[in-house]
Amino acid sequence: MLLGALLVLLGALPVVLPGAQAADAAAPGASRVTTSSVDSTPAARAVSDPARKPLPVICAPGLAPNPDAGDARGVRGPRDLRDMRDMRDMRDMRDNTTSPGMLDRPPSSGAGVTAIFGADSPPSESIRQLAWLVLGICAGIFMIVEGLLIVAVIRFRRRRQAAQAAQEHEPTQLYGSNPIELAWTIVPLLIVFVLGLVTIRTIREVQLTEPPEGSLRVQVIGHQWWWEYRFPDELGDGREVVTANELVVPVGRPVWLELESADVVHSWWVPRLAGKTDCIPARTNVTWFQARRAGLYLGQCAEYCGTQHANMLLRVTAVPPDDFRAWLEHQATPAVVDAGVDEGQRLFAALACLNCHAIDGVSAGMFGPNLSHLASRETIGSGIVPLTRANLRAWIADPQKLKIGCNMPSLKLDDRQLDLLTDYLMTLR
Amino acid sequence: MSTLTSHTAQANDSIGDRGLMARLHQWTVTVDHKRLGIMYVGSGLLFFVIAGIQATLMRLQLIAPVNDFLTPDTFNRLFTMHGTTMVFLVGMPVLLGFGNYLVPLMIGARDMAFPRLNAFGFWLFIFGGLLLYYSYIGSAGLYGAGSTPDAGWFMYAPLTSRTFSRGNATDYWILGIMVSGFGSMTTAVNLVATIFSMRCPGMTLMRMPLLVWMMIVVAVLILAVMPVLTAAQVMLLFDRSMGAHFFDPQHDGSALLWQHLFWFFGHPEVYILILPAFGFISEIVPVFSRKVIFGYPLMVAATVAICFISLGVWAHHMFVAGLSPFLNALFAASTFLISVPTGIKIFNWLGTMWGGRIRFDVPMLFATGFLSLFIFGGLTGIMLAVVPFDWQLSDSYFVVGHFHYVLIGGTLFGIFGAIFYWFPKAFGKKLDERLGKWTFWIFLIGFTLTFFPMHISGMLGMPRRIYTYQPDRGWELWNLISTIGVPLQILGVLILVWNILRTLVRGKPCGDDPWDAWTLEWATSSPPPEWNFHEIPVCTSRRPLWDLKHPDDPDEHYE
Amino acid sequence: MSSAAIRQGAGGAGAPGGAGALGGAGARGGAITPGGAARDAAWRPSRGRLGMACLIFSESAFFCAFIVAYLFYAGRDRSGPTPWQVLELPPVIVNSVALLSSSVTIVFALAALRRGSVNLFRGWMLATILLGAYFLYGTGAEWAGLLRDHQLTIATNLFGTTFYSLVGFHAFHVTVGLLLLSLTLVLSLLGHVHPQRDHGRIDLLSWYWHFVDVVWIFVFTTVYVVGRQPPGGGS
Repeated sequence: MLLGALLVLLGALPVVLPGAQAADAAAPGASRVTTSSVDSTPAARAVSDPARKPLPVICAPGLAPNPDAGDARGVRGPRDLRDMRDMRDMRDMRDNTTSPGMLDRPPSSGAGVTAIFGADSPPSESIRQLAWLVLGICAGIFMIVEGLLIVAVIRFRRRRQAAQAAQEHEPTQLYGSNPIELAWTIVPLLIVFVLGLVTIRTIREVQLTEPPEGSLRVQVIGHQWWWEYRFPDELGDGREVVTANELVVPVGRPVWLELESADVVHSWWVPRLAGKTDCIPARTNVTWFQARRAGLYLGQCAEYCGTQHANMLLRVTAVPPDDFRAWLEHQATPAVVDAGVDEGQRLFAALACLNCHAIDGVSAGMFGPNLSHLASRETIGSGIVPLTRANLRAWIADPQKLKIGCNMPSLKLDDRQLDLLTDYLMTLR
Repeated sequence: MSTLTSHTAQANDSIGDRGLMARLHQWTVTVDHKRLGIMYVGSGLLFFVIAGIQATLMRLQLIAPVNDFLTPDTFNRLFTMHGTTMVFLVGMPVLLGFGNYLVPLMIGARDMAFPRLNAFGFWLFIFGGLLLYYSYIGSAGLYGAGSTPDAGWFMYAPLTSRTFSRGNATDYWILGIMVSGFGSMTTAVNLVATIFSMRCPGMTLMRMPLLVWMMIVVAVLILAVMPVLTAAQVMLLFDRSMGAHFFDPQHDGSALLWQHLFWFFGHPEVYILILPAFGFISEIVPVFSRKVIFGYPLMVAATVAICFISLGVWAHHMFVAGLSPFLNALFAASTFLISVPTGIKIFNWLGTMWGGRIRFDVPMLFATGFLSLFIFGGLTGIMLAVVPFDWQLSDSYFVVGHFHYVLIGGTLFGIFGAIFYWFPKAFGKKLDERLGKWTFWIFLIGFTLTFFPMHISGMLGMPRRIYTYQPDRGWELWNLISTIGVPLQILGVLILVWNILRTLVRGKPCGDDPWDAWTLEWATSSPPPEWNFHEIPVCTSRRPLWDLKHPDDPDEHYE
Repeated sequence: MSSAAIRQGAGGAGAPGGAGALGGAGARGGAITPGGAARDAAWRPSRGRLGMACLIFSESAFFCAFIVAYLFYAGRDRSGPTPWQVLELPPVIVNSVALLSSSVTIVFALAALRRGSVNLFRGWMLATILLGAYFLYGTGAEWAGLLRDHQLTIATNLFGTTFYSLVGFHAFHVTVGLLLLSLTLVLSLLGHVHPQRDHGRIDLLSWYWHFVDVVWIFVFTTVYVVGRQPPGGGS
């Protein structure tokens, strides 16, 4: 009876532990996750309740957006990552409760932030399970074989006293043994056969050739040395959203990535979400993931692509589906037109900036990142420095100082021009 | 001072018998396989020191996150040259150099089949290496295009196209490696011709030392795959210089074609780099365990199996390139398959040691180190064959850890063991045992400190070929430990160099057969005369000298 | 019995560093002999044949890479001339007949050499060279036509790239072969070719020449048959 109770408890553990149910691998059929399965903790519900007044936003000095104003379409609620992050921080500080899952976010720093075993998405989870099995088998083989080696080294070493006493003749010469050699041919064959079977099974689980139903379709285009993201059909009415470097996705919904490259081979790798897949020019590769928890996922380019390969960082933020919708709608709006920075905007259009950068309503450059909602992002330079006024100004002054070898030249602007441009760009939320 | 008179003199003259210029001339015009072998190994070791310096600089840059000790371009050139040098200018010449030296001796021949071709191949290799390194000073280009090649040692397209690799650094890589590759191919031709046509009487194929079998397979692989690399390099050259579109995605070309062609060469290349080390171990372990190699026929079969299967695993370097699930599964299967003959060899070596009376002289220390490290490296290789696991681990530091375990723990330890084992044969003097043991332990500790943590940082998400990394991802500690291992490895190598120089100058003569070994090279003097043997030996078994030393119990009854 | 040769001058068994038992008396000269008088049934082909076989093997791998590239890219062009549009079969067939016939003539040349009919040998060699030279001329004429009439260069499109590389490298190998054949003919005219001594070597040269012809069969099939699909029916 005691044993039975223990077994029941063990069986109940997966249900009781938070986030543990994320451990089962997703088959294609099972990945038809709808938005209703999102984390329904009180905090999340609070955010998606449009009637609730947004919390005051914590801003960097010098920047004071009006959270109550809503955007051009009057959509309230978080418009961008900075809003979401600030609201999340405020929530954490205020709601110091023990409700499970509220502080349940992927780590944002330290070991584990890009750990391949920190799986937060079905492909990563499948891989992690497989990895444990493979590591276990290999560790077992290692201990046996290495153990035999150590035993051989110790047991059969030449002992000087014995050698002299026995007047050193050669040990028994053993030329071979058919049964033994057959055994150590057959057993490894069986082991790799098993490994092959689990490998094939997991390939079929993880490598999908069709998008899962209900997935969000995102086009990822790798550039030297930044990431372009396009949402071609999510909003449904012909509006395509184009952004750069920071990807926002809804929690709990499959995301189907179509990976391309504008120049050389890159590789999109966010370990907690999925294995990496290369972005090869003139070829569209596909991959998918499904974030189980809200939060920030980090990664970086994983195929050497030139000078600044090391600084082509990836940031994927998973947010509740309603927040995602709000974010996407906001990204689809034209860039903010603020009369106060009118001179800066004219400067942008007059200088070479517009040749490379697109700002919706102002310019249509394709070579550099889309800047329509630059100030809604958290970092610049593809993740290498936080987006602050000072950093942005330094970047525009001389990008080579922050990211030497990158494709943006310094336009050798004077201080006044720099200030105007920076002020203008910082309004582009 | 004509070459005719110098040919009839003994090869092991004492220094001072003739002038320096005459001796240099002798070495420059030599076609003697032994001298060429020594020159191959010597120049390979010189390049090894250079590539080691490149690695040291890289590890200094990576000691801390967001470090600015090196600029990104410098770092990228360093890892490109480090990889290229180690594979093409260290691995190939040192291993083929040993083959050059040992194969004719082991099969009872007087020289290679084509001595002049042999010399030609050596000078091609030297010229190719110098051409590649000339890029440090000769390669001009636009600002940022830099000097030496910087697209990684496998030079993926289209990063290597004219658009993305401006200047002519990449052309230096193409031409230098192509020329050097021709040198390797001439050695391969020589090996095949020599081994098949010049074995001494009584030496059937199944009586050859295992090292000779390994060299046959190495030669066949070189002949099968180096031309494919040459073809790919020519295609790249056409793209860069004549506007061709082989790897030009802007004109319907395919970046993947380069990967397929390169890895069709690249994977057998790593078997070319490990098989001779397998051969060294197959010679060292029996002698120092005082037992015949266990299961010679199975070892031969495993070697031949590796030869064929290695031609069918190349796309396991491309699991992240988005190939179809079917292809991924196929190449995973072939990769798993090739692990079986490799494992068999390890078991056979263990079986040789088992029941023996093992003498842990320095060659055997390195052989044991080889076994220990190669088992680990081989197992991480099997992990990488598990395709979905590879989707996380590929292009990360885990792979860097893996291949350094098999290349250093495998190939380099094999080379070190071979140096200690055959140095007495080549120079007539044994290297110092105590210094050798210092080398072994210091280098082993340094190596482990440097390369073991890479498996961890790889699993923590650190990609390879990055000149710096972000703080706060948990990678700092492992990178720091890796860098700390570097001075120990340098120290180990310095002790080895000191050992070699000291022994050359002041070593004591050691006789024909200092290790009490059993293959034919030990039947002639140390160093051998230019014609190798006073009389061509007749071979009666796999261990001719065992038969000689144990006339009551010769091998031929048991084979 | 065969072990007696090793035991010559042997000392006792087992002593390390011992006896140089195989190093007995009398230095022999430095001539390289293949393994002495072989006393076993082991297979020992001549080194010349092995060398040429290795060359042919490695060159085959080289051509395989270009053929793979050709087939990989066949039909993938979205612009520029296609094979169907620009390749004319009749002249190429004449070329091929010439080249393949030269394989026959070289066989006759070798037969004549073995018989000792040196003049017949020279005649057949000349025929081989002329046929090979005609092949090169024909290739050159084809290329001139492609450049002049269709502006097809190596940089035009994938077809241009793969065509000129593959056919060009084959022509290069033909050229090298012709040079060697011409050299042989000249040496023969100067009286340096002796039937008994040199038959084997020239036989090896003929292996190379046959290889070049076999490669042409593959190249022809790839370029003018498989890769030359009519529009609408192609890959």
